[in-house]
Amino acid sequence: MIEGLLQTARENYNLLVVLAGASLLGIGAGIIGAFAVLRKRALTGDALSHAALPGLCIAFLILRERNLIALLLGALASGVIGIAIISALGRWTRVKSDAAIGTVLTVFFGLGMMLLGIIQHLPGVGSRAGLNSFIFGKTAGMTQGDVYVILAAAVVCLGLIVVFYKEFQLVSFDAEFAGSLGWPVYGVDLLLMSLVAAAVVIGLPSVGVILVSALLIMPGAAARFWTERLSTLLIVAGGCGFAMGFAGTLLSAADIPRIGERVFGASAREFTLLKAFANLPTGPIIVLTGTAIFTASMLFGWRRGAIARLLAHLRFQRQWNERQLLQTIFDELESATPRRTVTRAALLARRAWTGAQLARMLAAARADGLIADEGGEISLTPPGAKAALEIARGQRLWQVFLTEYPELAASVVNLVSASVAEFVPAATLAELRKKLEAAGRWPREEALA
Amino acid sequence: MTALLDIHDVTVAYHRRPVLWDVDLTLKQPQLAAVVGPNGAGKSTLIKAVLGLVPMASGRVEVFGQPVGKVRKRIGYVPQRESVDWDFPVSVLDVVLMGTYGKLGWFRRPGFAQRQWARKCLEKVGLVSYERQQIGQLSGGQQQRVFLARALAQQADIYFMDEPMAGVDAATERMIFEVLADLREQGKTIIAVHHDLRTVPQYFDYVVLLNVRLVAAGPQEQTFTPENLKKTYGGRLAVLDAAGEAVAAETRAL
Repeated sequence: MIEGLLQTARENYNLLVVLAGASLLGIGAGIIGAFAVLRKRALTGDALSHAALPGLCIAFLILRERNLIALLLGALASGVIGIAIISALGRWTRVKSDAAIGTVLTVFFGLGMMLLGIIQHLPGVGSRAGLNSFIFGKTAGMTQGDVYVILAAAVVCLGLIVVFYKEFQLVSFDAEFAGSLGWPVYGVDLLLMSLVAAAVVIGLPSVGVILVSALLIMPGAAARFWTERLSTLLIVAGGCGFAMGFAGTLLSAADIPRIGERVFGASAREFTLLKAFANLPTGPIIVLTGTAIFTASMLFGWRRGAIARLLAHLRFQRQWNERQLLQTIFDELESATPRRTVTRAALLARRAWTGAQLARMLAAARADGLIADEGGEISLTPPGAKAALEIARGQRLWQVFLTEYPELAASVVNLVSASVAEFVPAATLAELRKKLEAAGRWPREEALA
Repeated sequence: MTALLDIHDVTVAYHRRPVLWDVDLTLKQPQLAAVVGPNGAGKSTLIKAVLGLVPMASGRVEVFGQPVGKVRKRIGYVPQRESVDWDFPVSVLDVVLMGTYGKLGWFRRPGFAQRQWARKCLEKVGLVSYERQQIGQLSGGQQQRVFLARALAQQADIYFMDEPMAGVDAATERMIFEVLADLREQGKTIIAVHHDLRTVPQYFDYVVLLNVRLVAAGPQEQTFTPENLKKTYGGRLAVLDAAGEAVAAETRAL
């Protein structure tokens, strides 16, 4: 199998070069795109890529040959013109930015499609131009020279991000404050948008005009679920971009059925699934990879993912239920002091619980060894009694704190904390306790003994 | 003696409508100054015009006798809390560190010394135990204090604050004011947009009454009068009553 892989690698030197290029492109676009998303400029990349199409076509019409550098320069020029028009519309008219982006994007793309149609009907060169591959992207046609261009550009972009990290961070977070420091906010924005433009244009041949913005937006959006730190977010976004570029290129540029045969032997020929992967356009594959990464991040991201949030919510709900149950049992025992047990009916009378809810809570508390239930007579175990006393004290302290210091309440009140003790100084705590004792409401151990 | 702040003949217009019109204001001594006026009076715009964040149609601003561009390192700024996205992936300490960026200059990253200093500033606003938290997890009052700590980290000589006490609870308001009073003690000047007329006499020693045009500016005792407030707010009685009560309470206290 390893033998097969090595042989495949030798035979596909060009594929490896292209893979390296696409992966680097993914890393660069992911990191730059993360900043663009944070600066709320995610759609700029989309507008830019669509606006690039007419420039690409015009460059071809002038040269009458497929010279990648020239095509990309044409793309860059018309993309920048598109962005400039969006920015001018926002500045000089009252057109809102979303409408401006939508207008420019569609007008330029329509123009580009029209030019593409004209090129295809040109006698001689048209059908050989292969400009169609710029719509959905195709890495297979990349030459080594193209890859070196991508490599150089990716290195320059990453270098600029490292050098201007602090500047990009502050301008993205608080442009007004940056302006008050005398920073050229417009210039920093311009640099960021230039990086976005570079990523878009370099990504055009492999990902295509329609989908290249996914390479910018998806990694940053996915990374946000995993971290609350900017530096980590950029690294994760780079990683997601790498995965998208690598997988997308591998699946579309590589001769998958042949590689499968090499690596897994002739039996791989039987897998029709592998055959389906022959000659797919790169852009859609990259987007699908990105979608998988984004969906997984949305679900499993341990900072903001849906599952992490659900678990945190359930944990809180469980703690809260247990606290309320113990506190209610304490209240009931306190009010009927000689008794050592309470009934379900008495508990239900004190709370807005349904019978089923109470049954679940009692079962959970019993499993935790906090209560005992003998034929409907519910009592606290020693650890349960200790916990209940503490909870009752904490809760009464909260109550008296809220009435004594209403102006402080808004800033500290928090159901996760069982007691106010961590928010107020010891002297205040003692004073609150004295108030409770004077009113005969300080929870005493005797209530449980 | 050069003025600390000299705003001369400043006009700012949006779509040809004046937001500030021929405003003149000179501060000669360190003050704890409130900028007061109705909604749309141009209070925030005044601060932004001074800092060069909005273009002026006409006028000139000098700080410490020099154009603002030359004294940026001596100027601190607290923008409105709503002006930023609190979901942004930065920690409390990261935000306070931004206060050191002005003196750091291009490319240089904040290091150990800056971190220590930022922690000290966080300590002053009582948020040291929150330094690693993401800023969106804080309450409104705590967010306001983070912004204040960032301004403290700037080590400025004159501070412009846009509603530093907006949407905070009474305890936080007192704490913020204590920090401001402390700065004032150190001979710094604070110019704060303030929305709550009732607390003006209690907290500030200088008042700027603004309603597109400058209505009055001067020491609080002489300037924060019912007549001036009427000129600023027109006949809106509810507001005036609240302010009148505050003035009366202050008078009683004296």
